[in-house]
This record gives sequence, structure tokens and C-alpha cells, in this order.
Amino acid sequence: MPKPDSLQGSLDLLVLKILSRRPRLHGYAIMSAIQAMSGEVLRVEEGSLYPALHRMEEAGWIRAEWITKDTGRRARMYELTAAGKKQLGAEESRWQAVTSAVNRVLRMA
Amino acid sequence: MSLWSRIINVVRGDRLNREVDEELESHIEEAMGQGRDPAEVRRAFGSALRHREASRDAKLIVWLESLRADAVFGWRQLKKSKITSAAAILSLALAIGACISAFRLVDALLLHPLPVAGADRLYVASRQGLSFNGIPGTFDGTEYPLFQLMRATVKDQAELIAVSWAQRVDLTYASDQETEKAYLQYVSGHMFGTFGLQPALGRLLTENDDLRPGAHPYAVLSHDYWTSRFGQDPKVIGRTFRMGTGLYEIVGVVESPFTGTEPGTVTDIFLPTMMHEGVTHADWSWIRTLVQLKPGVATEPTCEKLQANFRSFQGERAKGFTGIPKQKIQNFLNQRIVLEPAAAGVSDLERDYRPSLTALAILVALVLLIACANVANLMTAQAAARAREMALRISIGAGRSRLVQLVLIEGAWIALLAAAVGGLFAWWSAPFVVSRINPPDNPARVFLPADWRVLGFALALTLAVTFLFGLIPALRASAIKPASALKGGEDPHSRRRLMRALIAVQVAFCFLVLFVAGLFVTTFDRLSHQSTGFSAERLLTLDTVTESPQASAFWDQVADHLRTVPGVEKVALAGWPLLDGNGWNGFVSASGAPPSPFLAYFLSVSPGWAETMKIPLIGGRDFLVTDTSPGFAIVNEAFAKAYFNGENPLGKSFEKTSDHTRFQIVGVVSDARYRNMREPITPTAYVPFHAIDASKLLMNQGQATFIVRTVSPNPLALASTLGQEIPRARPEFRVSRIRTQLEINQSHTVRERLLAMLALFFAVVALLLAGVGLYGVLHYLVLQRRREIGIRIAVGAQARSIARLVTVDVFPMVLMGGLAGLGLGMVSVRYIETLLYQVKATDLAMLAFPSLTLLAVALLAALPAVIRAVRTDPVAMLRAE
Repeated sequence: MPKPDSLQGSLDLLVLKILSRRPRLHGYAIMSAIQAMSGEVLRVEEGSLYPALHRMEEAGWIRAEWITKDTGRRARMYELTAAGKKQLGAEESRWQAVTSAVNRVLRMA
Repeated sequence: MSLWSRIINVVRGDRLNREVDEELESHIEEAMGQGRDPAEVRRAFGSALRHREASRDAKLIVWLESLRADAVFGWRQLKKSKITSAAAILSLALAIGACISAFRLVDALLLHPLPVAGADRLYVASRQGLSFNGIPGTFDGTEYPLFQLMRATVKDQAELIAVSWAQRVDLTYASDQETEKAYLQYVSGHMFGTFGLQPALGRLLTENDDLRPGAHPYAVLSHDYWTSRFGQDPKVIGRTFRMGTGLYEIVGVVESPFTGTEPGTVTDIFLPTMMHEGVTHADWSWIRTLVQLKPGVATEPTCEKLQANFRSFQGERAKGFTGIPKQKIQNFLNQRIVLEPAAAGVSDLERDYRPSLTALAILVALVLLIACANVANLMTAQAAARAREMALRISIGAGRSRLVQLVLIEGAWIALLAAAVGGLFAWWSAPFVVSRINPPDNPARVFLPADWRVLGFALALTLAVTFLFGLIPALRASAIKPASALKGGEDPHSRRRLMRALIAVQVAFCFLVLFVAGLFVTTFDRLSHQSTGFSAERLLTLDTVTESPQASAFWDQVADHLRTVPGVEKVALAGWPLLDGNGWNGFVSASGAPPSPFLAYFLSVSPGWAETMKIPLIGGRDFLVTDTSPGFAIVNEAFAKAYFNGENPLGKSFEKTSDHTRFQIVGVVSDARYRNMREPITPTAYVPFHAIDASKLLMNQGQATFIVRTVSPNPLALASTLGQEIPRARPEFRVSRIRTQLEINQSHTVRERLLAMLALFFAVVALLLAGVGLYGVLHYLVLQRRREIGIRIAVGAQARSIARLVTVDVFPMVLMGGLAGLGLGMVSVRYIETLLYQVKATDLAMLAFPSLTLLAVALLAALPAVIRAVRTDPVAMLRAE
């Protein structure tokens, strides 16, 4: 089993969100984007990112294709599929529900 | 990822690994570009291997890995109990092999579409209704003028094709001394175009060969014949052959694999229908009408149109009928045209064997089910022995599905090995059965391709069988509660119930197979011991043809010559041998009465024929050389009974109503079989071989059969000598076929013999399997209850009560199964009635045979287990526990 990452299960949501904003990114760019946009708070570990990407690809939420970079090395670019967009919506509302529930508990306690 | 790409992943695991590595390398490169320490990035990744495992479809990898492990483990399990595994595999192999074999036959004869365009739209136009004799049935013959009428009527909906029955003919390529046999079919020239067939050489027949009767002497060869007879010689085009009085030119070879429209016969030569005498006769039904509907056309309206043609044609014909009873004519007019699907072609063989093959296929399936029940029992017993192992697996975390998989894979091993052995069995047995279908001198030829259909069937069968016998044991094994199993106190009753139920099922099926086999064997026995009314011993028949019709005196001369050959006892002439399938019939009016409603049969014979055949003369005299036909007749007893109310018919006369010829009865002979073994003996009139025409002149004859009774018990020893002596006597005479009368008689029971032989074989297999199954279950039960038995013996139980204990709950199952089988048998007998002869399902003997056999086998199978139980040594047993 991959070790649990610090994002507490929200990695899928973040990756889908990033890809919905900026199509066709490679793994490193996705990682950097999450890091940058969260103000360096959220750090994705490489060891979690790629298994997650491949898992989502298998689920049909994202698709990938190879491109050749200027350096001659090939890179794998990811983009969102229609199923991915739907999944993103679902994950987002789930996230909202969870966070608001957590907030409610924090307020009430 | 789709299922497909998952499978691809497994096959291309290496490539996938490389791709994952490449992606990671690309990531590290990016990171380095951002100024990070490569070593630190690599550390963040952990080992690349871990990534591969996690990244790839992890579940699939684990699954495949477990599959491999289970396969290896299953193989080891099989090897551990070699004898049980071998027994399971062999019994299953026999059943699977028989199933594949049956499928090959059924497919080749009944299912496999003809290799022509639009085979799925092909039908045969048959007429359904009461025959002349008032017997309901279907007849697929058509008269050519009717065919032409029908073809024109439905030309917008369908293309009609005329094909004759494939017939075995004599033809010569060089001199007349070298006749050879070939299978020939007259076909519409446009058949080849309609079927989308291409020539392999030369040209095919076309619409232009369908124009004028007798004007298109062109022949097309099948690829098979071109290969076997001419070694694919391209110079065959333009060669001629002679058949009868006609000369034909070979114009082409049709591409393989088309070999005619009759499954069971490989046509060698195709001639245009125009070259058959029958094309101009409105009363010769010698062709089949194949109907190829245009795409999207429905059968019903087309059939209606054909029916309209048919009715007016029949009505026209009936006007010309004289001397036929009214009711018969009405039967004739009430017939209806039906379109029967003919995608696989049409042949008498196929029609003949459809019910037999279907019955056999069902027997085979039953045997397979028995074998499956056996293996299921075996595996259940084994699973019981492995209950602790299973419990252990569960307690260390194996999931239920994993255990199901484990047991199923073991089953798959058995099934796969069985299928492999069974495939070999089918490879051998299907051609063997085909070779037994027809008499040896006229073998059926069925193409039995080992193609994807057969392969697919075998695979599907293997899979089905695996689940059939593997699933229940697998589910049971996986439902084990580890705590109770590890304590050794698992409740065994549910398992026993299952095994007992399977025993009942086995016995039921076994009873059914035995019962049906008994019916088939009795049918064959009754038929082959049917009295023929003549003696076939030492009789040789020589079918003889002449170049052109010869005077009767010359025929007599040849017969006289044969009488001088050493080893010949008697010689006679006849139009054809009795029981060879030929028939000549007509309605008869006796002593001026109106024609009777049933047909009489006629056969022309020479003086001395009855004596040669050893048919006793009851009254009157034999023919004299001066007797002619029409004029005189010898009749059988059935004839006397039918037309003269059993009075002595000697000296009386009758009229053949079709041509108003009169015959005076000069002799009465006892009944002999003319047409077949099944029907009651037909009223028969034998008429003199010397036939005269309307102006009382002797007519010439082109073919007849010499009947020779030899001195030696093996008549075939004289066959070649006689074959040479006939042309020596008169060079115009040629022998076209030599058979013993015995062979002809036996040809009537070929199907029954085959059916009886195969059914008996399967009955023995079923019995063996059921016996082994019962033995296995009892053995297991005794093993399982050995503690209890030991204690009972220790406290003084009698041997008798121990035996009762062991068998008490199995024998009710045997009884129940037997009763169920009996019920099934009674129901199924309705479907095989047409295959039976003089045997009733309710005959006591028919029921006693399977019951007693099964009982005997059950007792025999139970004996070892009972002995083992009784001999249990309580001291040793209890100590071991």
C-alpha cells in the first residue's frame, strides 16, 4: 500500500482541478502547480503523485499522451476527460460537504 | 483503462515498465531544471520498482500473480493424487471427446452453411401432406416444368435453382471397358452465378446452359474430383466422357470447397438439368427446388405464390390420372408447398440422420453431465480432506473469491487436460462414425473440418464443464468457517447432502441413457432378425448395363453362360435385387373390381428366380421362357390377401390401371421383402423378364441384375470371375456393381446398427461413470464416519447394521434417481419413436434391463465401501484419533 500522503485524500481533487484549469500538463508541472497555488502549503510527494495519476487514468478521468520535449526526452502529458469533469464536480461537492461539516463541528464544540 | 488494455498490459509488461521509468526520468529532469538536488528527488520517489507496482494496474498484477500461483498449486494437487486425477481426467475426456465428436458430426451434416453466397437465405421447397399411400410426410421432389413455372412467378422475390439428387453413375473416359463411378448432380446452369461461385479453371455453367433439352452436353468438375481423379491437370478442359449414350465435354472446374448441395455426398461432376430426360416430363419429380430469397424478402408471401403455381399444376396433372382412387387424388391435391431452411444444404442422408444424430447428441450430453457430477463429487470429497488447509488460508487472510479461484483453477486443469485428450478422441472418432454411416462400397463423405467452429465449441465446452463441476465445490470450500474447521468439527451434513443429490442426478441420467440404449439395441435386433422371406446366403447380385438396350434373348444367353462357370449353383435375372431400394408400383384392379386404395409392387424376373432366391412356390407354376409381360404374373400371399380376399388367385387375372395391361396369375409364392425391413410386406406381383410392347413385340433391355447363388459360402470369391465372364459372353454387357444380397439386406439396418452401437457404448460409459461415482461417494462417507463406525463396532454393532448404516442414505437416492430417470425416459421416448421398430417403451423387458443393470452396478459399487466399514478395527481407529 502506498503510504498516505499529507493531503488527506484530496490529491485526486487537486489534480483534477489543476487539469481542468490548465489542460495538458506533465506530472512535474502538476506537482509544481499544486505547490505554487497553495502558497507552498500543500506538497505533493512524487511517490504518491504518479500512482494517483495512473489510477485516475485507469478510471478514465484523465487521459495521457506522450510528447517529445526540446531536450529530446519524452514526457507524458495529462488532460481531463468528460468523465473526469463529472468526477471533479462530485469530488468538489463532497469536499465542500466535508469541510463545512468539519467547520460546523469546530464552531459548535 | 479498458479490459483490453489491461490484458495488453499483462502481455506487454516490459514496455509498460519502461514507460513508467521514462516518465519518472522526465520528472527528475524537470526537477533538476528547477535546481533541485537529483539525489533528493530520487529519494522522494522511493524505489522505481515500487512505483511500477503501484502505478500499474496493481490489482491486475496481483491477480495474475495469484493465478500463476494457483495454477502451479493446482497442478501439484493433481500430481499428488495421481490416480484420482487420472480417473477424473479420463472419464471427463471420454465425455468431452464424445461431445466434440457429436458436435463435429452435427455441425458438418446439419449446421455448417454451404460455402456459397447467401446461404442463410437458402430454402428448399417441399410438399407437405398425405402421400399416395395416405402416410403424412414431406417430400422435396419437384417436376421440372413446375419448377420453370415457379421460377418465373417469383423471379422478383427469389431465385429458384433446380438440383437433382446426387447419384452414383458409371462413366468412361477412354474405352468402354474402363467404366468408373462418379457422383453426379444435374444442376441449373444459373446455380453457379446465383451462388457467387468462381471457376478454378475454364468456365462454369450459366443461364445459357438452361435453354434447350439435350443441347448442352457440358460438364463442370468439383475441385475435389479434379484433384483426386486428374491430379489438377489443367489439360482436363476439353476432355470428354461417355455416360450411357451421351457424350459430355468438360468445360471447367468450380472453385473449392463447393462440392454440391448435399451434405454427406461429395459431388464430382455437375451437368446442366437440360441434359436429364426428365426436363420435359410433367410427371417426373427428380429435382429439388432450392429457393434463394432476395435480401429482405419474407418467406410467407413467396411461399403463397409458389403454392398457387403448385395447386394449378397438380390440378392439371390430376386430370390425366386414370385408375387412381378418388381419395388418393384428393390427398395429392391437398399437398402444400412449404419452404424449409436449407442453409446447410439438403440431402436424404441429412434428413435420415437428423433424428438419430439429435438423439445421440443428447445421450452424449447426458454422459457429459454424469462425468461432471462425478468430478464434482470427487472434488467435494477432496475439498473435505482439505478443509483444514482452506480454513488456514481463510484465517491468514485469503478472501472468498481467492479460494473460489483456487478450486476453480484446479477444476480448469482437469477440464483442460480432459479437453486435450478428448480432442484427440474426437479427432479419431468422428471420421470413424462417418465411415459407418453408409455401406462400405458407397461411403458417406462428410467434410469434418477442425475449424474455428469446432475449436470454439471445444473451448466453450471446457469452460462450461469447469464451472459445472467446479463451482459448487469451490463455493463450498470458500464458505468454510475456519474456527470450526480447524477444531476438526466441521458440519459434514451439508456436503453429504450435496454428494447424495449428485448421485441421484447421475443415476437418473444413467437410467435414461441405459433405457434409450436398450430401445435402440432392441430395435436393431428386431430389424436385423426380421425375416426377409428369402435366403440371402451365398447370393451374389451383379447389376449389369449394356451400351445400348439388348434383346432379352441375349440376356438369357449371358445367364446361360454364367451357369457354366464352375462354382455357380443357380442363376436368374431380375430387374433389380430385392431390397436394393428400387421400386416399381401401381394401382391394381382385380377381377374387374374398381382399383384398390393401396399400391402393388412389381418386379420383372426370369424363370427360376424364386428358386434361386429360395422363395417357396405355394401354388401354381414358375414362369416359362415363353411367358411375357404383360400376360402372366406370379403373386405373393400378401397380394392374394389384398386383392382376392385371401382366396386362391390362381388362374384369375388383374389389371394394372395405369396402362390397362392385364396379367393372368399362374403361380403364388410366399411373402418376401421387397422395399424395406420396416414396412409390412407389400402386395407384390412378379412379372416375366421378357417384356412385350403394345404390338406384342419383345422389347430390348438396357439394364438388369444377374442373381447368382454360388456353391462356396463366400460368394464374393466368385465376384471378379463373374464380372469378367459377363462381357466375355457378350461384349456389349458390362457389370456396373457387384454386391452380395447379404450386404444389400444389411444396408437397411446401417443406421440402426450405428445407433445401437453408439448408444450401447455410451450406456457402458455412463454405467461405468455412475458406478465409479457411487463407489467414490460411499468410500468418502465411510472414511468420514469411521470414528462413529469404530465406536458402534466397539459397543457391539452387528455387521448387518453397519452395512445398513453406510448404505441407508445412498440407496434411497439411487432409487429416486432411477424413478426420475424412468420418468425422463417415458417423456423422451415420444421424441425417438420414429427411430424405433417393434419395441414399446412400456415393455417390461425394456424397463427391467436398465433397472436391474443399475441395481447390480450400485450393489457392486457399494460392496468395497461396505466391506471396509464392516472391517473397521475399532481399537486401531480410536487409537489413531
